[in-house]
Amino acid sequence: MTQLKNIFSTKWGIIGVGAFIGVLAALLQKWGNPGNMGICVACFNRDIAGAVGLHRADVVQYMRPEIIGFVIGSLAAALIFKEYKSRAGSAPIVRFFLGVFAMIGALVFLGCPWRGLLRLAGGDWNSILGLAGLVAGIWVGTLFFKNGYNLGRSQKTYASVGLLMPILMAGLLVIMLIFPQIEGQAKNDILFYSLKGPGSMHAPLMISLIIGLAVGFVAQRSRFCTMGAFRDLILFRQSHLLLGIISLVIAAFVINLLVGQFKPGFAGQPVSHTMHVWNFAGMALAGLAFALAGGCPGRQLFLAGEGDGDAAVFVVGMITGAAIAHNFGLASSPAGVGPHGIAAVIIGLIVCLFIGFTMRQK
Amino acid sequence: MGITIDARGLSCPQPVLMTLENIKKQNKGELEILVDSETSKENVSRAAISKGWQVNEVREEDEYFKISISKD
Repeated sequence: MTQLKNIFSTKWGIIGVGAFIGVLAALLQKWGNPGNMGICVACFNRDIAGAVGLHRADVVQYMRPEIIGFVIGSLAAALIFKEYKSRAGSAPIVRFFLGVFAMIGALVFLGCPWRGLLRLAGGDWNSILGLAGLVAGIWVGTLFFKNGYNLGRSQKTYASVGLLMPILMAGLLVIMLIFPQIEGQAKNDILFYSLKGPGSMHAPLMISLIIGLAVGFVAQRSRFCTMGAFRDLILFRQSHLLLGIISLVIAAFVINLLVGQFKPGFAGQPVSHTMHVWNFAGMALAGLAFALAGGCPGRQLFLAGEGDGDAAVFVVGMITGAAIAHNFGLASSPAGVGPHGIAAVIIGLIVCLFIGFTMRQK
Repeated sequence: MGITIDARGLSCPQPVLMTLENIKKQNKGELEILVDSETSKENVSRAAISKGWQVNEVREEDEYFKISISKD
């Protein structure tokens, strides 16, 4: 019997990592991040798209150091434990489109699965619909897996291929240090900064960055994945990853209670709307896209950090999707879905079904 | 020696799916699975153990792992 020597990938390892993320996410909110948005991979990629001007929604523009930390923290863990492996070539264009539509779906709901869990832990019951949609989308994804859906093998490639995403992230950090936020200014040279709205709410840069690095490190070691949690339960009856996300919710809930951030209800929740059908459908689209791409947005960042060039393409897809979502009025706001959000969800579901039905072996 | 499953280059959940498919088909005996990431190595081992199989050996080859599992 071979021992699993990676303690983070044991049962208590994944529970510990979930709790670690839950505590830090709730604290990031206390230290300045938006409501129930201590960490949100979808929202934060969207804010980065805004910071570099890919969209001009002036309430969601900020270079989020957490995202940068996730990728570089994962790279560090992969290098230290000799797991860095540059690979690419498993249907990158498909992964790009899955990233685009995953983001559009998430922005109709207003959050990635991580934020879905954090919203639940903060008492935002609208999230129950979103999480139910997420599970439904993942369930559809597992049906495709059972019928031979497969994006094909990746190839080992030059070490530098896998470094491009971490280098991009390091570059974004450098740009942020060169052009920092100026009090009361919406722009510093090339970078946009929100003066109001969620984009204006953030923890201090160094705190965000350090927590991002720490989360990236432990998440790479533990393979923490919110999509995988439900997929493995449905597909294999395995609850390993699920323990991690349950632990995240409980930990965030406890901290929220302690610091007075738990406010139960449906109406008036921060960065949230009450259109239940579209909370469900948006997340169903996102869940299906995550399942077909093999990871939730967070996991895609960690994979990109450990050298997976295909996951990096998914990340670029997410950032592009965020820009499209805000430029074309697809993203929701606390007032409800955007003018073309419903059409986008339907188109996204059709695209994902097309991918699932046509990309099968045998 | 039993069947060898080549799951190299495939990402989650393919290696586990392929392993479980063969476990179901075979019910007992020996299986050898080739994977090329630590994550797949852990996932395949975990899945095999959960089905009552034994992980006999994980050998590190040049660019991949060879996992030998069996059930009497």
